[in-house]
Amino acid sequence: MISYILRRLITAVLILLGASFLVYLMTAVSGDPLWDLYGNPNAQQLIPARVEALNLDTPPVLRYFTWLGGALGCLVPFADTCSLGVSREGQEVTSLLSFAMGQTIMLVTIGTILAIVVGITLGIVSALRQYSGLDYGITFLTFLCFSLPSFWLAVLLKEVAAIQFNDFLQNPSLSIGALLAISVVAGLIWFLVSFGRMRTRILMGVLGFVVTFGIIYFVLATNWLAHPFLGIPLIALTGILVAVTATVLMAGLRNKRALYAGLATVVVGLVLYFPVQALFVGGGLLTLLALVVVMILVGVGAGYVAGGYDRGQGARVGGVTGFFVALLIILDRFMQSWPDYVNSGHIRGRPIATANSSTPGLSGDFWITGLDRFTHLLLPTICITLLALASYSRYSRASMLEIMGQDYVRTARAKGLSERTVVMRHAFRNALIPLATLVAYDIGGLIGGAIITESVFAFTGMGQLFIQSVRNVDPNPVMGVFLITGIVAMVFNLIADLVYSVLDPRVRVKA
Amino acid sequence: MSQPQPIDVPQQVEQNPQTGEKPEDVRGKSQGQLVRQRFFGNTGAVVSLIVLLFIVVLSVTSLGVGPIPGWWKWNPDATGTVLNGGRPTLSLLPPSLGEHPFGQDNLGRDLFAMAMQGTQYSLVVMIVVGIIAGLVGTVVGGLSGYFRGWTEAVLMRLTDVIIIIPLVILAALLGRLAISWVRTHNLPTFATVIALGLLIGLASWPPLARLVRGEFLTLREREFVDAARLAGASSGRIIFKHILPNTVGVITVNITLLMSSAILLETALSYLGLGIQAPDWSLGRLISENQTAFATRPWLFWWPGVFIVAIALTINFIGDGLRDAFDPRQRKFNPKRARETGERTDQYPDALTASEPGTKPAVNAGADTGTRGDTGRDGR
Repeated sequence: MISYILRRLITAVLILLGASFLVYLMTAVSGDPLWDLYGNPNAQQLIPARVEALNLDTPPVLRYFTWLGGALGCLVPFADTCSLGVSREGQEVTSLLSFAMGQTIMLVTIGTILAIVVGITLGIVSALRQYSGLDYGITFLTFLCFSLPSFWLAVLLKEVAAIQFNDFLQNPSLSIGALLAISVVAGLIWFLVSFGRMRTRILMGVLGFVVTFGIIYFVLATNWLAHPFLGIPLIALTGILVAVTATVLMAGLRNKRALYAGLATVVVGLVLYFPVQALFVGGGLLTLLALVVVMILVGVGAGYVAGGYDRGQGARVGGVTGFFVALLIILDRFMQSWPDYVNSGHIRGRPIATANSSTPGLSGDFWITGLDRFTHLLLPTICITLLALASYSRYSRASMLEIMGQDYVRTARAKGLSERTVVMRHAFRNALIPLATLVAYDIGGLIGGAIITESVFAFTGMGQLFIQSVRNVDPNPVMGVFLITGIVAMVFNLIADLVYSVLDPRVRVKA
Repeated sequence: MSQPQPIDVPQQVEQNPQTGEKPEDVRGKSQGQLVRQRFFGNTGAVVSLIVLLFIVVLSVTSLGVGPIPGWWKWNPDATGTVLNGGRPTLSLLPPSLGEHPFGQDNLGRDLFAMAMQGTQYSLVVMIVVGIIAGLVGTVVGGLSGYFRGWTEAVLMRLTDVIIIIPLVILAALLGRLAISWVRTHNLPTFATVIALGLLIGLASWPPLARLVRGEFLTLREREFVDAARLAGASSGRIIFKHILPNTVGVITVNITLLMSSAILLETALSYLGLGIQAPDWSLGRLISENQTAFATRPWLFWWPGVFIVAIALTINFIGDGLRDAFDPRQRKFNPKRARETGERTDQYPDALTASEPGTKPAVNAGADTGTRGDTGRDGR
């Protein structure tokens, strides 16, 4: 095993070296690095200065080795010899990257996690209801997502969704006709995607209509968009929903003890709500993390105490419920700061941002800056999620269909296990195995793909840095961006191969 | 490529499990006929093919090709007076194109003409990418899969080196290279279009090469290849007559999918200014020029986008249809036929055969034969 990892690492380093050489050369010869100076009245001084600063009179091949020497310094720990060269403007690439990298990685991580969750859910559901209206609908939507150009989608989100929503927020009201129309459409969608007998489907449609109507009416009547809140009642309601859903999926409603564990966790969360508010006042990221961990532990503990024949199930239900209740409490706290944020002088009532990664000049406590982060991340994240979601949903559908046809699934059914156990325990887990590889292989490409999305939203991440440097024929920042994506891709590929043999013992690593 | 009758393909006879009788429509047909029949039985794929052909014919005939004039009266670069705020005059009831069916921009240029030129160029790039990536990918994958040894080691390390560079980064660099090359050599601007296609093609072959290599690795161990070798066939003959015909399905399907990501990549590059340059129009460049006018003239933004989505979507559906048609093991279950037999034997009767064609998860990714099932989705 160790020799396999070592061999893989050595190959990875060699591949990275080869690829970096290729990228450096391509950037260096892709144009004239002095093109912007020719018309400049001070060209006499500026051209020799830049030639001097970037070493332009040495051939690109030699310049690559200079760059490599500096980059190798990064491998020496604590020596402070790390240098990835300077950009055309004379800034150190390492400092440029350290900011841009954080932004991009945050964006890509959130987008990927959302895409995985939503994509796998859609894929599994459409596999379980193969050839139903729901399946065809999801299939068409995923094909559409496959075919959407990212920049077009980004501009669309920016110009239509954000601006119109901001306009709507100025005066959030709907005519009763529009409200009814939206609810009818929602009901119709519920009817179309539900399955089973006609009576059930009609019931689902009516339910969809009523729920949509109720939610929109509630939001408008309480002016929720301007002063969003959850408060004790909504946290309790959502928490109970989460607990029941978690029980249905993970333990089955017949496991009453698991359900009680989940409900107990919700109660503990509600009790904690008031003391936690005081902690939140000076709160930072650590407080939030601590709350999440505490709630998960409470849930696991409750499940364990509630016990029964299967303590693990109860603990899992409790843990999941605890996690979501903690999130709800945090969300509630963010919502309390929302009016302050929206009405602050820099936002002026138009919260959904369409450019940059933070509002320039905005200052405030942790909650205000957090909200600012959120509003800036929202649109690029939606864009990345939609684009990445398609392939996950297709793959998980295919994988689930294959698993559902396996002999051991038939055996599980023949044993008399409930459909839930068959799907969630025997099929779903195994269907996820091939996806682990897919996700790991995708990460590098996703960071690369985020370049386009970032540049539309003027999100100050690696994408902008890259595009700008390619236009300027400036190899050092390009190399920095490539190095990050290349290393991330390599590491994840290695992880994928190792994890695969753990997940699926049939696959052996050649030691 | 023609469809020679492969030696080893098991009889494509699908027996009805209940009655054991062979459906009559599969007797005495060549592989090619079977594939064609399955493809044309797929409604989604056929509709997509028709739509795509319509787009191709529309863009080619409306502006014409090179010296041959088309039927459309405006030229993409001809400025004119802006009529009625440049609003689109296309109407469906009664069907008429009007003066400027897709509207005009603020210089009075006709958006229909610009969009048609963009479509033409985007299609050219797409086709060139398909040809180049298909050729290089097949040759590299085939050689390394058939000869193994040193050939494989060298070619596959080369593939690894290229695949580790995200496609967007590689393509952006190559696009920049193409632009400055065309400028310094004072070539006509159309050369950028061809160069872009060539270079994107040279960037996007590695996934295909890996797939083809995997196919070759399995096929070269099969009995019919041994038989051919014993009969004294040369390597060339074995490759072209025995192995390649059996990989046509994989290659065709993946080239199709590669082309759909190529058009997205090309429009994205043109949008970023690293692709097709003025005065030529690309669908991506149209969007980037006109996005600032979104509030006042949204049609300038909608029409090019609709064309990109339509082309990419139809190609994806055609690729999916081809995949169903080429791979009989993964044929889709036919719900109509099941309903006719009138009984519901199992809740998932079709799960075994209907694992989604070609999105076959890379099961053998544990060893270093990573077959990466997708073709450069990061190109977006």
